[in-house]
Amino acid sequence: MKTINLAESTVRDLNQALHDQAIECTEREWEVLEPKGQHNIACGLDQNISVDIKGPTGYFCAGMNKKAHITIHGNAGQGVAENMMSGSVRVKGNASQAAGATAHGGLLVIEGDAGARCGISMKGVDIVVKGSVGHMSCFMGQAGSLVVCGDAGDALGDSLYETHIYVKGEVKSLGADCIAKEMRDEHIEELSELLNRAGVDEDVTAFKRYGTARQLYNFKVDNTAAY
Amino acid sequence: MCGIVGLYLKNKALENQLGELFEPMLIAMTDRGPDSAGFAIYGDEVPEGSIKLTLRHANEDYDWAGLAGKLKHELNVGVEWFNNSKVAIFKIATSDGIAEAFITENAPDVLILSAGQSIEILKEVGLPVNIAKTFNLKGMKGSHIIGHTRMATESAVTMEGSHPFSTGMDLCLVHNGSLSNHNRLRQELQREGIVFETENDSEVAAGYLTWRLKQGDTLNEALTNSLKDLDGFFTFTVGTRDGFAVMRDPIACKPAVMAETDDYVAMASEYQALTTLPGIENAKIWEPEAATIYVWERSSETGVK
Repeated sequence: MKTINLAESTVRDLNQALHDQAIECTEREWEVLEPKGQHNIACGLDQNISVDIKGPTGYFCAGMNKKAHITIHGNAGQGVAENMMSGSVRVKGNASQAAGATAHGGLLVIEGDAGARCGISMKGVDIVVKGSVGHMSCFMGQAGSLVVCGDAGDALGDSLYETHIYVKGEVKSLGADCIAKEMRDEHIEELSELLNRAGVDEDVTAFKRYGTARQLYNFKVDNTAAY
Repeated sequence: MCGIVGLYLKNKALENQLGELFEPMLIAMTDRGPDSAGFAIYGDEVPEGSIKLTLRHANEDYDWAGLAGKLKHELNVGVEWFNNSKVAIFKIATSDGIAEAFITENAPDVLILSAGQSIEILKEVGLPVNIAKTFNLKGMKGSHIIGHTRMATESAVTMEGSHPFSTGMDLCLVHNGSLSNHNRLRQELQREGIVFETENDSEVAAGYLTWRLKQGDTLNEALTNSLKDLDGFFTFTVGTRDGFAVMRDPIACKPAVMAETDDYVAMASEYQALTTLPGIENAKIWEPEAATIYVWERSSETGVK
């Protein structure tokens, strides 16, 4: 295992060392010490390696991740795993706003709470939050799934496309074009699989499903008079 | 961008170290605001019936002793003072506003940065590290302090445009964000008699709170009203004589993180600014909610009001 201490190295040096693994993988296991809330830690990785960050991180930690498996042993700042393509990111603490924003793939697990706009404009990532999520979560979500074991804040799933949302607790309010939907067998199956992948033990039957009403997809002919 | 930091001590034993604990917090926010920096520190209170003023003159060699002498003789009041760089702290044994009026009339080039029993506001253009050094922040004592590092967006980089802005007796405001209706609101407030020094949007927010408080609002009511009347995005930290308040706009796009231990409550734009505080590893850490007013004061140390 290779250890890099950010009290001694810069984030740029760390990221360069991790990026070099995409060309030739010389070390599968990495450990990052003393992150102290610095931004852009372990961004843009492109190799099947594991990275354990021992402490709280700043903005965009594990952003644009591909293939790598990154664990943050602390809280994460804004935009953790934003635009992730594949691999996985696990936050042992809480995540700030815009966790998993625009992410296309992979798995993001947040063991604490996530702030506002969790999964904003998500495009295929699966996000599992053991705690609660803040307002405007899944705003303009296009694909993928968001599982919330706690509560959801205001305007959940506003202007939603096709993301699947599962919430166990209370939803403060639903956003435009987001509605509660029936939990059919295939959804129970999908949710079980997501919880299983995330290593979260929850009763799947306690969740409710939310999704798009598909009323904002097309221009409404009734509105032609406006032109 | 801009950076905000605040530190309120619950443990009085730490009051001698307030500046020392706070300096690295302010400097940690340099990336968010390298233009200017400032802070409002509370402590060293003057007794009831007296007033403490923070005065500033552009010339570092300004004759503060002369001004103090004039105040003593012409108003027949006790004056204690000391100066720190371009700023002087005047402690005057009268609180009915005559000292401020006298200074405004007789020393028009002296700017009154703050007035109250406890508050001192110190701010300048430049890197936070230099401003901390200029004022010897490290050696300062007090009960609580709020600070700001500025990256100007809405108005020029000047001392006047830097934060904190005074909003009334022992009150001040720092702001991260930008207000979109500040021009119209400034005109309306000017009609109400509020005076502005700059074209700065945050000064309008400060002026708005001053106006609401003059109308009889409590700080909580003034902040609640500001959610209706201010358009734009903001995280505010408001310093009060007994503590501080934090509020984010309803969208909450400007960051804020809070930390609390048995010894202190701290707030910052980013967690990076909190990492040097003692016991931060085990502190309770959370993000303040949108459109929610958080207040810490000596009288009510329970947090959310």
